[in-house]
Amino acid sequence: MDKTLFEKIWQHHLVQELDDGAALIYIDRVFLHERTGSIALKSLEADKRKVVSPEHVFCTMDHIVDTVIGRGDNTKVPSGKNFILATRDACIDARIKLFDVNDPQQGIVHVVSPELGIVQPGATLVCPDSHTCSQGALGALAWGIGSSEAEHALATKTLRVSKPKTMKVNFNGQLGFGVTAKDMILHLIGKYSAAGGAGYVIEFGGTAVDALDIEGRLTLCNMAVEFSAFTGLVAPDDKAIAYLKGREYTPKGALWQQAVAFWQSLYSDEHAQFDKTIEIDCADISPTITWGNSPQHACAVDSVVPFAPADATQNQLQALNRAYEYMDLPAGSALKGLPIGAAFIGSCTNSRISDLRLAAKVLKGRKVAENVNAICVPGSTTVKRQAEAEGLDKIFIAAGFEWREAGCSMCFFAGGESFGYRQRVVTSTNRNFESRQGPETRSHLASPATVAACAIAGCIADVREYL
Amino acid sequence: MEKFTVHQGVAAPMLQINIDTDAIIPSREMKLVSKQGLGEGLFAGWRYTLPNGREPNEDFVLNQAQYKNSSILLAGDNFGCGSSREHAVWALKEYGIKAIIAPGFGSIFYHNCIRNGILPVVLGNDEVLALANHVEKDPQTCQVNINLLECYVCAYNTDHQSTELEATDSVNETLRFSFSILPAQQEMLLEGLDGIALTLKSKSNIASFKQAYQRQYPWLA
Repeated sequence: MDKTLFEKIWQHHLVQELDDGAALIYIDRVFLHERTGSIALKSLEADKRKVVSPEHVFCTMDHIVDTVIGRGDNTKVPSGKNFILATRDACIDARIKLFDVNDPQQGIVHVVSPELGIVQPGATLVCPDSHTCSQGALGALAWGIGSSEAEHALATKTLRVSKPKTMKVNFNGQLGFGVTAKDMILHLIGKYSAAGGAGYVIEFGGTAVDALDIEGRLTLCNMAVEFSAFTGLVAPDDKAIAYLKGREYTPKGALWQQAVAFWQSLYSDEHAQFDKTIEIDCADISPTITWGNSPQHACAVDSVVPFAPADATQNQLQALNRAYEYMDLPAGSALKGLPIGAAFIGSCTNSRISDLRLAAKVLKGRKVAENVNAICVPGSTTVKRQAEAEGLDKIFIAAGFEWREAGCSMCFFAGGESFGYRQRVVTSTNRNFESRQGPETRSHLASPATVAACAIAGCIADVREYL
Repeated sequence: MEKFTVHQGVAAPMLQINIDTDAIIPSREMKLVSKQGLGEGLFAGWRYTLPNGREPNEDFVLNQAQYKNSSILLAGDNFGCGSSREHAVWALKEYGIKAIIAPGFGSIFYHNCIRNGILPVVLGNDEVLALANHVEKDPQTCQVNINLLECYVCAYNTDHQSTELEATDSVNETLRFSFSILPAQQEMLLEGLDGIALTLKSKSNIASFKQAYQRQYPWLA
């Protein structure tokens, strides 16, 4: 019988069907970070349980670590240092490979894992971080879990999982000028709601996904969780294989040949049945930005804040009204031209080298508008060094951007740095939740190219006029 | 883990859709490398008048006298979406929330609830609204009763209380809704099971699977 890509990976990892209807799934790799990994490792130790395969577990410092130049273990996040120290000790005790604060390979987990080839096609990878779905871009089954489930995976090399339903999302046609992977995923969530993918594992496909490079696919899959999906993935193709070749943790020699032969079998068979299919015509996608307090509040940058639909339920109306009020944007307001106070390029969504190259293209020879606090935080130290080798840092700095060390940084406010009370921020991150980037900050999600254009304009701007 | 079989209590409506885990517990409230000490940070952004402050915002539902001792939340769709932080569930638990009733939940949050003995109940939007209407008449007496053994939720009026919980059926027959939950998750909650201990019973299966798996996919070994 024809199988979906997900079904194949699931079958390869099925240890046993459990009496209670769930399945015991074998986990190839676990990634941890200092925010939740420290708690999982500590709790495991308190329960006198061991990490069974420490050679398959990795950890990075990304969530709490400062991103200012010259950083150390001290953090602007109150008590943040405790998380860093606890994580370091726990990793040493458990013999887990740690990408520590000043390690040249340190960075955001979902940037580091692909760039080192830790995530591989057909593998299962879990991390106590919701954006683990990003890593499905390489054809892995990768998903976010809580700390307790991380403990379970560490102690048993398995997870008890209820099988999700399958969805195929096809992006058909070609992307328009100035449209990126970020705009694709915002468009999807805007059209089908932040709960549209609940209960599904989503395979992204279609000509526009085939045409994306791996970094674009990482961005696309990154926000599968904002669609409430179990996870997202893309079938590995020649681009994925070429991307992985020679990376530190990928197989070498005869094993590489063997792995590639297997990876080439990882696709959904021609007549595989999905529980649901969504078709998107890429001609309908413009550079997209969010206007409200949920990723589903996404619309074309040259449109207006939408009015409530006639068939909205009471709860939906309540949420819309709250969003208008919180963002100080009544329905019908034009987005273009709306003054901003800050611009942020970074996060596991959009902080890779291709993101920085595109933003630099917009910034080159231009200046950030007065009163705009503009910050760029590369996703990993490797990305940062590559950007510096290409002279991108000079373009960012000359334009008026702050150039930082790698980490999650101001994607979220943890009591340290923030953009300030009710500040309006255009951001390449993934969540525009209330107070996500600081007390009552008003976050507008967009592609890094759009963020760069907005920083220059000092207001929400259409990137197509800057490319 | 604490077992969940039957629970009855005051239910607070928070019907806004997409209440995310950042709202349930802001990152700035996750101060300790611990699962404890989080209850105070629950809904901190809405519950207090100022960020990092502790002066109660009287407009917030859980601060209102009539919702004192709430142990159930009646929520909008996609409750607990967003960040995987289990702190959201630890904070709810420490505050005293035993169950959440909503049309849908964030997937990671749902599993985190199960792992911590909190029951997430999925009901239709209209059913949640009906329960909210019932509760709002007088939250302290118009309570909600949840039975995980038989998988139903019903309205319960403590005014007409009988000592037998079963008698709730006759109290408000129109407000009784059944729900479904996967047997795996129902059992985990009913028995208060520790997932790791349960899985370790399959230790030898896992070991032999691992051997065969590593032969087949040696580059992942």
